[in-house]
Amino acid sequence: MPPPPPHRPTSTSTPSGKGELAELKTQLRQLAGSRAPGVEDLKRELYKKVISYMTIGIDVSPLFSEMVMCSATSDVVLKKMCYLYVGNYARVHPDLALLTINFLQKDCQDEYPMIRGLALRSLCSLRVQNLVEYLVGPLRSGLKDTHGIKDFSEWAQCLVLEMVAKYVPEDPNETFDIMNLLEDRLQHANSAVVLATIKVFLNLTMSMADVHQQVYERIKAPLMTLVSSGSPEQSYAVLCHLHLLVMRAPVLFSSDYKHFYCRYSDPSYIKKLKLEMLTAVANENNTYEIVTELSEYAANVDVAIARESIRAVGKIALQQYDVNAIVDRLLQFLEMEKDYVTAETLVLVKDLLRKYPQWSQDCIAVVGNVSSKHVQEPKAKAALLWMLGEYALEMPDAPYVLEGFVESWAEEESPEVRLELLTAVAKCFFRRAPETQKILGAALAAALSDAHQDVHDRGLLYYRLLQHGVETAERVINPPKQAVSVFADTQSSEIKDRIFDEFNTLAVVYQQPSYMFLDKEHRGAFEFSDDTSTNASVTESSETMLASQSVDANDNDLLLSASEKEDTRGNLVSNGSSSYVAPSNSLIDGLGSFTVPPAASSLPTASFAIDDLLGLSLSTNSPESTLAQPSLVLNAKPALNPGAFQQKWRQLPVASTEDYGLSSQAAANLTGPQPLLKHMQTHLIHCIASGGQAPNFKFFFFAQKSNASTGLGYFLVECIINVTARKCTVNYKTDESDLLESFAAVFKSAILNFGV
Amino acid sequence: MISQFFVLSLRGDNIIFRDYRADVPKSSAEIFFRKVKFWKGEEGEEAPPVFNVDGVNYLHVKVAGLLFVATSRVNVSPSLVLELLQRIVRVAKDYLGVLNEESLRKNFVLVYELLDETIDFGYPQTTSTEVLKSYVFNEPITIDAARIPNLGAAAIFMQGSRRMPGTAVTKSVVANEPGGKKREEIFVDIIEKISVTFSSSGYILTSEVDGTIQMKSYLTGNPEIRLALNEDLSIGSGGGSNYEYGGSGGMGMVMLDDCNFHESVRLDDFDLDRTLTLLVIHFIITKVPPDGEFPVMNYRMTQEFKVPFKVYPTISDVGAFKAELVLKVRAEFANTITANSVVLRVPLPKSTTRATFQLELGASGQSTDFKESNKMMEWSLRKVTGGSEHLLRVKLTLSQERNANIKKETGPVSMNFTIPMYNASRLQVRYLQIVKKSKTYNPYRWVRYVTHANSYVVRL
Repeated sequence: MPPPPPHRPTSTSTPSGKGELAELKTQLRQLAGSRAPGVEDLKRELYKKVISYMTIGIDVSPLFSEMVMCSATSDVVLKKMCYLYVGNYARVHPDLALLTINFLQKDCQDEYPMIRGLALRSLCSLRVQNLVEYLVGPLRSGLKDTHGIKDFSEWAQCLVLEMVAKYVPEDPNETFDIMNLLEDRLQHANSAVVLATIKVFLNLTMSMADVHQQVYERIKAPLMTLVSSGSPEQSYAVLCHLHLLVMRAPVLFSSDYKHFYCRYSDPSYIKKLKLEMLTAVANENNTYEIVTELSEYAANVDVAIARESIRAVGKIALQQYDVNAIVDRLLQFLEMEKDYVTAETLVLVKDLLRKYPQWSQDCIAVVGNVSSKHVQEPKAKAALLWMLGEYALEMPDAPYVLEGFVESWAEEESPEVRLELLTAVAKCFFRRAPETQKILGAALAAALSDAHQDVHDRGLLYYRLLQHGVETAERVINPPKQAVSVFADTQSSEIKDRIFDEFNTLAVVYQQPSYMFLDKEHRGAFEFSDDTSTNASVTESSETMLASQSVDANDNDLLLSASEKEDTRGNLVSNGSSSYVAPSNSLIDGLGSFTVPPAASSLPTASFAIDDLLGLSLSTNSPESTLAQPSLVLNAKPALNPGAFQQKWRQLPVASTEDYGLSSQAAANLTGPQPLLKHMQTHLIHCIASGGQAPNFKFFFFAQKSNASTGLGYFLVECIINVTARKCTVNYKTDESDLLESFAAVFKSAILNFGV
Repeated sequence: MISQFFVLSLRGDNIIFRDYRADVPKSSAEIFFRKVKFWKGEEGEEAPPVFNVDGVNYLHVKVAGLLFVATSRVNVSPSLVLELLQRIVRVAKDYLGVLNEESLRKNFVLVYELLDETIDFGYPQTTSTEVLKSYVFNEPITIDAARIPNLGAAAIFMQGSRRMPGTAVTKSVVANEPGGKKREEIFVDIIEKISVTFSSSGYILTSEVDGTIQMKSYLTGNPEIRLALNEDLSIGSGGGSNYEYGGSGGMGMVMLDDCNFHESVRLDDFDLDRTLTLLVIHFIITKVPPDGEFPVMNYRMTQEFKVPFKVYPTISDVGAFKAELVLKVRAEFANTITANSVVLRVPLPKSTTRATFQLELGASGQSTDFKESNKMMEWSLRKVTGGSEHLLRVKLTLSQERNANIKKETGPVSMNFTIPMYNASRLQVRYLQIVKKSKTYNPYRWVRYVTHANSYVVRL
């Protein structure tokens, strides 16, 4: 119970002078030693009087020792009033402050936890500078108070738990002590308390893989209960966290898939998350049931969800479980004759065919029946056109369907569709020239007069290729294709780890690390800079971080096959096929660099020889030409934040150490770290940290091979330069040891070129 | 920590606006409302409860036709803010009795006072009505209870054979009764939301009961309250799922998958030893002696239970441009119980141009409707007595000849209902004990059971 309001105009009369104060003093003294029944009530009345005098500005500090004496009680209301009183006078009467400290320190050891807490709070809010040293003892014992956390209000518990999550225990015993103490917090009805507790559990067990997994098992049920109770909004916030955990360790949730089925009453923002979770947990055992359920949603009245459901079926198919049955399911979608269902399905069938060309016969038979009139959406049209061009031989009326499209060229609004149409007609022509020749002519003519630059240019390119010879044109426009085998993730694993680090924050809901959505000044004290090119001179601090963060050293390899599965989701990345003829924008968008992928990457046996060649040729080649070297192409915009860099640097062994001599121009140019950073960046080698002063500099660089799987294909470099000695010592680390030699050559050549 | 708190009507009017940190511009309410109203996205999507516009995070909950919003500039815990918003709603309800635009407008000074005590510089302090009572001095101006829509029989509370209208809980917890003295009473609700999905062949694919034991106390002096549940209650099957077990374990037992508790609940006598299957459950509520409305316990059950309704939908071709849909509903519960506001909704094939309804002879209290815009039909039954069966024939006129997929294009049937004095889980309050020293003290204790459909779906 809080104190009654001091300013309440109770029936107290204003003290006429010293007499009144003296009387109060006497009364307080009398009560101080008394144990008579009802004495607490009398005390309360007197205290009220004192406090109301105090609030109206009358100096009642002469009563100090009596007030303190009277407060030897277990009555919390009296205590509170007394704390209010002493708090008020300690500040203005330093002579009384020491008395106050003694009194409060004693109460900090009271048998009642509530009084211990109140006393500690009062002690900390005295705000007398030279008394701060007295706070340390009580604070420390307060932290050790076994009664501790449970006596905080639920909101304060959230704050405390947030701090506990940052704590690094000294040994496993301490970890288990903390977890046992907090165990019952998982049964709290307040989702904020439960999530804060889960964060503590996850953080504490980061380096104990098996316990970490047990934590997942333990927190499942409470999370699901929170999702089911409460308002949809509260469910959503919790479900976002469950979603994050499912995406990290789908295997652990594969038998819980029924919990992720959509409910009729779920808002669409909840359904969307559930669909993603269903996709993630699909495996050999549950795919049939999940796909059956998703197929039901495809007929849903909620169109957005119907679309998402079809996409989910497609994604599961691409995960390669029970593809056979799923293809049947997709083809049944086409029979539903709903425009949006058809549209989504066509896009999926196209993707499936690119991964599983062996299904072409079944698919094409059904796709051939789709009336092009029912296909309106650009993406779906593009997919249909791609299939018409690609499977022109299997679809008897392909040229005639294409003809229809060419005739309505002018009405087609989407340049994406027009580009695809042009390519499809050309491909059809290579396969069925006599029937398509006329159509191709019309398409080329339309393309050449097209107002859209890309369409026009592609028309011109095709035209000139064909002029050069049909065979040449075919080699370029329709080369033999290989099935797509790798699907790149839309999000890198660094970003995912970063989001996981920000468990129980908005980052989880937005599925973005906080630096992406918050202004710089609101990000908090411990954020790294996200802009790798500008964060010079952090070497010192990053090295100390290396040491202190060793606790979560292996958080990456904890969670089973998560990463393996992740790689098979998301956007398509072409691998060995000529990507420009593919019908989807998603192929090229989002990739930092675009190069024609080398044949070598799909022929691992050949790579040694090429590496050798590369190694030889590099020393003489200019760095620009190395970009064109087939086996190592660097990503122009690799993503790697400092945290992830540090983690990788810790995990990887030094693969090679080299010493290079620098030219005198290079040494002369190196007055600070900046010039070299810029220079290396032109060679697609990025600096993540640098530091030092002439003559000694130290740099951390990184680069990533193009088209690498998420989180892989990195080269990390520590580079120490002594300008006076014109010497440069380089330590290489990489997860791509096959290409290390090539990379080292690129790096060497780049650094030797500096200043030239 | 939050920067601002505000309440908007569904028209976008500012009802309450409180700035705590002055780091978000005042125009935020307008920005928020525009964003929610014109949420970009695919067909028919609504704005998620949390989103970011220009570095400002907006978190909101919808309650009673009002939008309760918090803004923040930092990376807050979304659950914390959403829980806080929900709690503010509850505190306002406790104080005002009824929460709506009118009561908020009439009491805005009080609401501001509450907000000042609830949140300090953006940090939540307390959301306990009990604690707030001693800091807050404005008296609530209650609105006329007679103007609150009647909730029907669902809202009846029982104490033995005595009945009490549900509007009793719309009293303010703090306001004084006109007669002067407050009536000592406590209301306990066992509210269950059930979700069941039936396959086209009538099997139950998934079923779940999500329950809440809710309490609203008008007791003075905050006495200790003991609540005892079924003796044969068991909690937790290990892991998150009971689906594997079906209903095989312990016939007749109430097996909850999991549950959680309000912070005032002490579990000293709540033995959580998972090796035991028979438990005597009772809570003691003491820590912060509660006042006002709060959920004592939330629980979740996937154990098989007897479903209250069975629905048999069939659709067939009856001519080139015609089809017939037959819906049969059977109430599977005891005939002493009556369900209210039963509504069945069925999406019809997109080629449907007309639907003619044929109710049974002598059917009363039933109505039907067909909306052409979204091809949705609706069948409402005001009351359904246990054990009864009802039938509806719907003749469809189609614009398209011979539709092979007519079955796929129809459904699923979704059902809404409220069944008072019924609970699917069979969780019972064995006794509700209020401990107070005086022998003459015997407050009114009202217990109410009610089951709602959450997602009750029958596929065709």
